[in-house]
Amino acid sequence: MLSKRVIACLDVRDGLVVKGINFEGLRSAGDPAELARRYNIEGIDELVILDITATIERRRAFADTIHAVARELFIPLAVGGGIRTEDDAAAAVEAGADKVGINTAALSNPDLITTLAGRYGSQAVIVAIDAKRAGSGFAVYARSGQAAANRDAVEWAREAEERGAGEILLTSIDRDGTKVGFDCEMTAAVSKAVSIPVIASGGAGGLEDFVDVFTRGAADAALAASIFHYAETSVHALKQHLQQRGIPVRL
Amino acid sequence: MIALVDYRAGNLTSVRKALAAVQADVFTPEQPEQLSKASGIIVPGVGHFAATRNLDRSWVEAVLDSLGEGKPLLGICLGMQWMFEGSDEAPDLPGLGLFAGRCYRLRASGPSEASQPLKIPHVGWNNLAFRREDSIVEGVPEGSQVYFTHSYVAPITGDTVASTEHGETFASVVQRGQVAGVQFHPEKSGEVGLRILRNFVQLAG
Repeated sequence: MLSKRVIACLDVRDGLVVKGINFEGLRSAGDPAELARRYNIEGIDELVILDITATIERRRAFADTIHAVARELFIPLAVGGGIRTEDDAAAAVEAGADKVGINTAALSNPDLITTLAGRYGSQAVIVAIDAKRAGSGFAVYARSGQAAANRDAVEWAREAEERGAGEILLTSIDRDGTKVGFDCEMTAAVSKAVSIPVIASGGAGGLEDFVDVFTRGAADAALAASIFHYAETSVHALKQHLQQRGIPVRL
Repeated sequence: MIALVDYRAGNLTSVRKALAAVQADVFTPEQPEQLSKASGIIVPGVGHFAATRNLDRSWVEAVLDSLGEGKPLLGICLGMQWMFEGSDEAPDLPGLGLFAGRCYRLRASGPSEASQPLKIPHVGWNNLAFRREDSIVEGVPEGSQVYFTHSYVAPITGDTVASTEHGETFASVVQRGQVAGVQFHPEKSGEVGLRILRNFVQLAG
């Protein structure tokens, strides 16, 4: 039976892992390669490295950081942040990324999804969607949550799948960094609307939040950053808890 | 020396890195004739079966010649599917036919109110259930989890070493003699994956 994946996200700025609350107020949480090594030993299923300032400052994700993390890691590695063109994606893949995540660039140029899927296969293309609640729907935002995209998350996820995305990384802007739990309603709405896997992100606080998002939220994977970085919850303890609650995991 | 065949079906960086981690000497042949220098051949690949079109007759002959000389062959993901008779994904293209049967698409659960819809592609970590032992999985414990990402699968046959379940049961490890295939990505499957690559490198001597 397919396991639910637990993914650690390393938000990287200037070569260091940082984590903000609602995308602001960053504090340093360490060296990416060191964290990656620790998570791998603890049994993390996958890693995401995000260059969190890349979109705003128009920088490309640091190839050195990717390379340093990829060197000793034999689990899937996704890279996002600042990937605007096919060349940006190629640089990330060359540095060792198995998957690239595109967000703002996919919104402004949806053909990029198809182009990357054609070149690297759909399995290598993650469309990242940042969304917040808006009435009964979920409004999509670009540029690290700063610009309304005038799209609904469910409809945009469907289009991304049709265009060749292999996975959706769905982040709740409302919940990001708040530790009050994932937005299970939003996750379920998107997950049930597409046939590709959906990674839930934003709001992980405690062990039960993951149980919730894997059951009520119908998530295929859940991503967290700060609760792992500050060792509030070890990956291993989380997976043991999930297993006890009847959720299939890799232990 | 292991020949890693690049037929432009996905990026080979991760496979190269994992082979380096198990101390294998690897080269990527430019021409089919260079397979004669190899002690073993790996055909990786991810993506659409149509990509195997790049493995034209000269490559097929060179691979079969190497097999005739007793060199081991490992197919990974699409590379494994290529070793079957063909795939519904590209019905006009023949596979190598080293294993009997055709590859077919996993069936999604379809639009439903199911609380946990069955997703296709099959992406993530899943179990290996062994049907028999063989050299490619030596030292790999029953129930080990490995990383998959694919939509098409190979049928269960007498050559199936391990099977995996995702809505239905399919072949995740196959082997007959010197020819082996894995549907998952050993280069992305942690210690279990490295063990399998090490087993192959040892077969290659």
